[in-house]
Amino acid sequence: MTIESNKISTQSFKLTSSAIKSITKILEHNDHDPRNLIQILQELQDEFHYLPEPIISYIAKQLKISEHHIFGVATFYSQFKFIEPGKHIIRVCMGTACHVMGAQSLLDKLSRELKIISGETTKDGLFSLESVYCLGCCALAPVMVIDDEVFGSMTAAKVNRTLRKYQKQNSGNKGRNKK
Amino acid sequence: MIDFDTMVKKAKASWNSLHDQKKPVIFAGAASCGRAAGILPVIEQLKELSKKIPLDIIEVGCIGPCYLEPIIGIQIKGEPTILYANVQPIQAQELVENYLVKNDPQPDKAIGTIGEGKIEGIQSFWEHPMIKDQVRIVLKNCGIIDPANINHYLAMDGYQGLKQALAMKPEDVIEKVQESGLRGRGGAGFPTGLKWKFTRSEKEPEKYIICNADEGDPGAFMNRSLIEGDPHAVLEGMVIGAYAIGASTGYVYCRAEYPLAIDRFEKAIAAMKKHGLLGENILNSGFSFDIQIKKGAGAFVCGEETALIASIEGERGMPRQKPPYPSQEGVWGKPTVINNVETLGTVPVILREKSSWYTKYGTKQSKGTKTFSLVGKVKRTGLIEVPLGTTLRKVIFDIGGGIKEDKGFKAIQVGGPSGGTIPSAFIDETLDYEELTKLGAIMGSGGVVVIDEDTCVVDLAKYFLQFIQAESCGKCVPCRVGNKQLLDLLVKISKGLGNIDDFELLEELAFTISQGSLCGLGKTAPNPVITTLTYFRDEYKAHVIDKICPAKVCKDLFLYQVDAETCIGCEICRKRCPVGAITGEKKQPHVIDFEKCIKCDVCSTNCPAKAIRKIDKVSVKIVSN
Repeated sequence: MTIESNKISTQSFKLTSSAIKSITKILEHNDHDPRNLIQILQELQDEFHYLPEPIISYIAKQLKISEHHIFGVATFYSQFKFIEPGKHIIRVCMGTACHVMGAQSLLDKLSRELKIISGETTKDGLFSLESVYCLGCCALAPVMVIDDEVFGSMTAAKVNRTLRKYQKQNSGNKGRNKK
Repeated sequence: MIDFDTMVKKAKASWNSLHDQKKPVIFAGAASCGRAAGILPVIEQLKELSKKIPLDIIEVGCIGPCYLEPIIGIQIKGEPTILYANVQPIQAQELVENYLVKNDPQPDKAIGTIGEGKIEGIQSFWEHPMIKDQVRIVLKNCGIIDPANINHYLAMDGYQGLKQALAMKPEDVIEKVQESGLRGRGGAGFPTGLKWKFTRSEKEPEKYIICNADEGDPGAFMNRSLIEGDPHAVLEGMVIGAYAIGASTGYVYCRAEYPLAIDRFEKAIAAMKKHGLLGENILNSGFSFDIQIKKGAGAFVCGEETALIASIEGERGMPRQKPPYPSQEGVWGKPTVINNVETLGTVPVILREKSSWYTKYGTKQSKGTKTFSLVGKVKRTGLIEVPLGTTLRKVIFDIGGGIKEDKGFKAIQVGGPSGGTIPSAFIDETLDYEELTKLGAIMGSGGVVVIDEDTCVVDLAKYFLQFIQAESCGKCVPCRVGNKQLLDLLVKISKGLGNIDDFELLEELAFTISQGSLCGLGKTAPNPVITTLTYFRDEYKAHVIDKICPAKVCKDLFLYQVDAETCIGCEICRKRCPVGAITGEKKQPHVIDFEKCIKCDVCSTNCPAKAIRKIDKVSVKIVSN
């Protein structure tokens, strides 16, 4: 199935002085120790929601390791993002229990509605779609999580109603990437 | 610092006062599963109510039967706690008001009682059909105590095991764990005591202990539940292990997808330090030990020991060749023990009780109990704990209540992507390390997914291969390339494009991958394929020879059709179809255009008359020719 894509593909990030201040704080907190690299990246992502290229270059210099090394580590782990995620992150659980209970139909439906595939963000910056392996709520399969709200026993039929709630909240006030 | 006995006395007094106090207490099951089911709005509602009716609300972990969540327990002085299931905010308020104000315990809405005493018309929770065949040793405190309150754990004999261990010689602690027969609960089943012994015997004085809480198996949540319900048990086990092997630093490697579990660990560690149970000179024994939490960043392979170590060191989580084993050269090149959450959670009780007490459960070679997450097409889903050697029948039919909608039981999938699919014919076989290996599966961490006649085994094998292929770290060729080829073959078969020679190719590839891969992920990756191909060869043949998917799951092999006689012409499917593939007038039978249909299943799930059928694609070709 091919769908017309609605994904966002490029972004620019400016390394402002306040950004540098928060980065420095995180590096200090981790003793500028490259052995804490994963933790540093996790804290940076908590702060900036993703890992923009300028930040990677900056911390490479500070930690005295190569950018290649940082990208090597960061891209290994699925937690790290290199494109700013949408305002709302939709995660569809693809664990075994959810798979058996119909998670693929649910993901397909979301893909059709948002016109993006898993791993992408809508152009208006409102939604990111992700599939994850097991959120550990197998007894409520299939499960979908929007931000921190968990929707158990989801079906494709319930998708539109759920999405509308979030779209309504944000009408007139587009996502984080508003121009 | 107060001494241990005074600390326990104080803790017991605080626990008892909770049950003797005049103010009623609400216990709310607020583990991740309870939160997913909607306990938080219930708690909010009850907090609001507590402004009018005095009550204490305590968040506890998961008590097991997830299908009954959200669960609350209400306790009034002198009476046992009554548990109510599937509560919604308004209904919860009514339950509390009716019981507290009108003194009506509403037996019809209760699922059981916990604690001494009886309430007319309500059975004990321990007599509940899902619970009565279980033996709760590791899960003893889950859903009962407040995991964020160290006093509750202390009141339940918590840290008694540590106290006894510290009074023993480390070698004797190891000896006792060896006597108990405890084996690694993370999957491989290596004897825990032996692992400790190896590490202790290394000359290098600097040693480490790691708690592997990177529970990545899709379909498994035992470790999450244990950490969220009783974090101190795991940490106590870790301190005992550290003492036994002589480690001064420990790491908890927990997956980032479990934020509540990480929070529980953090709080528990802080409380331990405050009570002198962690840090310098633990309980005045002269032994010092500290624990750091390392968050995983989303990589299944990091459950593998050497990959996990690489990840702790801040590197890509890629496994390396063994030997040297972690017990010789682990984290930072030092001797390291890595134990699973449940293994560590079992250690305190082994130290507390006589070895013979623990060995009375289980089989000759698999001692004790094991937790399983029972999910999929089974009526009662949730977290269970049974003695090793319990039959599948007992687990699925007695504890699980049988198959959802009473459909046909087809198989169980045990052990996740490294495990295997065991067909219904083996229903009287037992769940223990040896038996499962004999059947081609593995114990794994304990995920049991029940499968009914609507699940296609080819699709299931394909699903696991997709997972493995995405999670393979790519270091060794058999795993990186082999699993991709294995997946491609399964995709081909699921599309009806396979031929009979593919079976041989599948088996050959599977053998090569399992023999040639570097780590456990690759070595066990073909298990789902081998077991399904062995036990469900006819279903594979149907895909390859007849081009039929008997379970009607493989989308390329079936079509949706409206049964003209059953169709009531309500137009719902026509309106809901996302691609406009359905035509038909009001009150007339509708028709699906096969060419346009994308098989999204929307028509079928929305049809009030159940008139949408799945038919074999091959049967239609014959008709249209």
